[in-house]
Amino acid sequence: MQIKKAANKPLSLRRPAFDWSNVVLHFLLPLAGVLAALLIGAVMLIILKADPIAAYAAMVNGAVGSVSGITQSLVKATPLLLVGLGICIAFRANVINIGGEGQIILGALAATWFPLTFNTWPGWLLIPSTLIVGFVAGAIWGFVPGILKARLQVNEILSTIMMNSIAQQLMNLLLRGPLMDPSGIAAGTYLAQSARLPVQVWLPRLVPQTLLHAGAILAVVLAVLVYFFLWRTTIGYRIRAVGLNPDASRYSGINVPFYQALSMTLAGGFAGLAGAIEVIGVQHRLLEGVTSGYGFTGIVAALLGSLHPLGLIPASILFGGLLVGAAQMQRAVQVPSSLIDAILGLVVLFVSGSALWSRRWAARRNMGTEEEEKS
Amino acid sequence: MKPKIQDIKSQRIQHVEMRDIVKRFPGVLANSKVSFDVRAGEIHALLGENGAGKSTLMRQLYGLYQPDEGEIVIDGKPYVFRSPADAIRAGIGMIHQHFMLVPTLTVTQNVALGLRSSREPLLDLDKVTRRIQGLSEAYGLKVDPHAFVWQLSVGEQQRVEIMKALYRGASLIILDEPTAVLTPQEVKDLFATLRRMVQEGHSLVFISHKLHEVMDISDRVTVLRDGKVIGTRPTHKVTRGELVKMMVGRELKEPEPRSLKPGPAALKIEGLKTVGDRGTEALHGIYLEIHSGEILGLAGVSGNGQRELAECLAGMRKATAGRIAIGESDITTFTLNQRIDSGMAYIPEERMRDGAIREFSVEENIYLHDHSFAPYTHGIFLDFSQMASHAIDLVNEYALKTPSLDTPLKNLSGGNIQKLIMARELSRHPKALIAAQPTRGVDIGATEYIHQRLLAQREAGTAILLISEDLDEIRTLSDRIAIIYEGRIVGVVQRGQATIEQIGLMMAGVSMKEAMHG
Repeated sequence: MQIKKAANKPLSLRRPAFDWSNVVLHFLLPLAGVLAALLIGAVMLIILKADPIAAYAAMVNGAVGSVSGITQSLVKATPLLLVGLGICIAFRANVINIGGEGQIILGALAATWFPLTFNTWPGWLLIPSTLIVGFVAGAIWGFVPGILKARLQVNEILSTIMMNSIAQQLMNLLLRGPLMDPSGIAAGTYLAQSARLPVQVWLPRLVPQTLLHAGAILAVVLAVLVYFFLWRTTIGYRIRAVGLNPDASRYSGINVPFYQALSMTLAGGFAGLAGAIEVIGVQHRLLEGVTSGYGFTGIVAALLGSLHPLGLIPASILFGGLLVGAAQMQRAVQVPSSLIDAILGLVVLFVSGSALWSRRWAARRNMGTEEEEKS
Repeated sequence: MKPKIQDIKSQRIQHVEMRDIVKRFPGVLANSKVSFDVRAGEIHALLGENGAGKSTLMRQLYGLYQPDEGEIVIDGKPYVFRSPADAIRAGIGMIHQHFMLVPTLTVTQNVALGLRSSREPLLDLDKVTRRIQGLSEAYGLKVDPHAFVWQLSVGEQQRVEIMKALYRGASLIILDEPTAVLTPQEVKDLFATLRRMVQEGHSLVFISHKLHEVMDISDRVTVLRDGKVIGTRPTHKVTRGELVKMMVGRELKEPEPRSLKPGPAALKIEGLKTVGDRGTEALHGIYLEIHSGEILGLAGVSGNGQRELAECLAGMRKATAGRIAIGESDITTFTLNQRIDSGMAYIPEERMRDGAIREFSVEENIYLHDHSFAPYTHGIFLDFSQMASHAIDLVNEYALKTPSLDTPLKNLSGGNIQKLIMARELSRHPKALIAAQPTRGVDIGATEYIHQRLLAQREAGTAILLISEDLDEIRTLSDRIAIIYEGRIVGVVQRGQATIEQIGLMMAGVSMKEAMHG
């Protein structure tokens, strides 16, 4: 049978023409969300009789006005970027990981225990192995809810939140028991913190006299690798396929539960790595507040970055800056710290709201091709 | 005091008319100048294939959609329903296919839900319970007001839905495929209730595509096809065969004879059984043998097991008994990947759900399965240049209209999406192909093309199972036609051997012997 061939019209190979509406959708809209949140924050500042202009000036100045401000912002951005990378992978598979906090804790615990135990190893060996141990510990904490979802359809939102509580209590227990700083016991202070880690495991500082450490570079390198992983490898392709349409994925032979569990495991691993880097890069010991809420803020940073590993780099720097600047603002205009939490909460709310809005907007743009669902 | 049923009988709606209703959806004319009426004391069946516009029409009567043109007249007065609340106030109720009940509440609580209590703001559930019991007696509608809905069977839940409508004073009740989820015994009980309701002066609209039920229960029947009314007949003056013809209709031309050169049996199905979505057996032992180079058309009214058969063959649904073989290899227990490797290809009925990923690009959709294999992958890395050249070949070969390989699939038309799925499945040179509703919702040009492709694949020696509700399509393409009815093959006829009426009779459940000679 003769089948008519189409006229060989040139078919562009790669990306279509740059689409400006994507910029609006994925960048300007979330940014507008941040601004709107700050605007409402200004109203709250006025109610508290603080000068909003002075407050925000202090915020901007604190975040980017000095070398120490900039480096501090980057120090905060590093764990956000790492946690966010994991969130990207999980969300791409349509698995919602709220367990960042617990996974960070597990990574931090492992990265405290390991160098304290193998404290004779040289730095070139101890640093990478500590990072790997941290990654694995977080990955295990992500694997549990992942496999529960894949095998038993346990809601991962609930299970990851519960895993957070377990991790928190586990850390409390260990910091008051086996991991407690022996010098604190000797001095009778009994502080809930670990001993200081051996010096050779400390990550090198990038700028002298600041906290900025090599972990920031590692995080950016990993962001690029995750981008290649998601868009250039078979595993990444399957993770995205599973997230977008599990039925079609199943029919094309993809093991859907496996990739759901895998994405959650990787998400846990990246959060664990963030915890490990906090310990060996910033604190050099394990303190109770190691997570600083990065497990949750990382989700928002990931949403602001449109769940794209490269978009996540500017998004996490923005959030790092917000965290540092907000602390400065509090000091400058003497407002209660809970107001800072409220403003950051508003940012979270507006950014995730704008993400929903942009998705609906995108859906409406594609309405033309929709078929009627049912007669 | 509860009012006697007799007293309120006179307040019932006597006559509902829908006049020249037009309803458009983007790209679809769902109802085109449809007129339809129901009188008190009658069951009016609305018959038609999936997508004929039955549910759309009734959703307008229930206020879920608003008609673009036309009017709704009740007892001589025109009405506009902006929402179901308006329709309920006018005395119209609807029983949906999917029940709208809260499983964790009791029957009484479900019935009371959304109604104003007589002792607002306090509840008066005892009163509700008493009225439910009264209605239950009056209509022979067995429900336990204190049972929790999650404890109830599907049939009982449906009775609760009917109870809800009666409780709200519905005088005209629309039943959207009420038997689709019921066991035969439950169907009997339902029909008894419906007859009782009609005696009490209610009017009923019975939406269905099951002929025997329509013949059994209705007083009049209106057939819809492609959004138009084909005709309204008193049920006792019409035969099943006539109804089938009205439903699938069109002027059918006789298929041209053609030379058959069937090869060896390529796809063998022996005693295949499986369970449907509702947990009841959907296939009761299917036997079919399809030879290479042959198209076997599977005709049947939708919902008779076609979908389950296709999913079973493709590996999306587990077989509970029987075996499936491609050539000499038994694939009954094979995974999807193993089936594909043994030469099975599948064009799914729900192409946007099972066949493609909307957000993925044209190219990404083309290697949905093949991306795991050489030459498209090196280790875990995808080889984009190989994929792109393969994708460009397919796009050109199948005349796919797309601006680029990176265009998201959702921006393509239905016909082009179907062509892409075909291109992907056929480029594997399958031994057996399951094509389920390959041209449903596809424009004429693409339909023509898809038919050519199927015939070309037949020439190439693939065994093709063509599942379609379009009898015309089946008759022009198939070498043999098998007719499925309630999960069984009732007959297999050679190309051109049976008339459209004979096939229609078998689709309605008449045995092959009777249909061919009776």
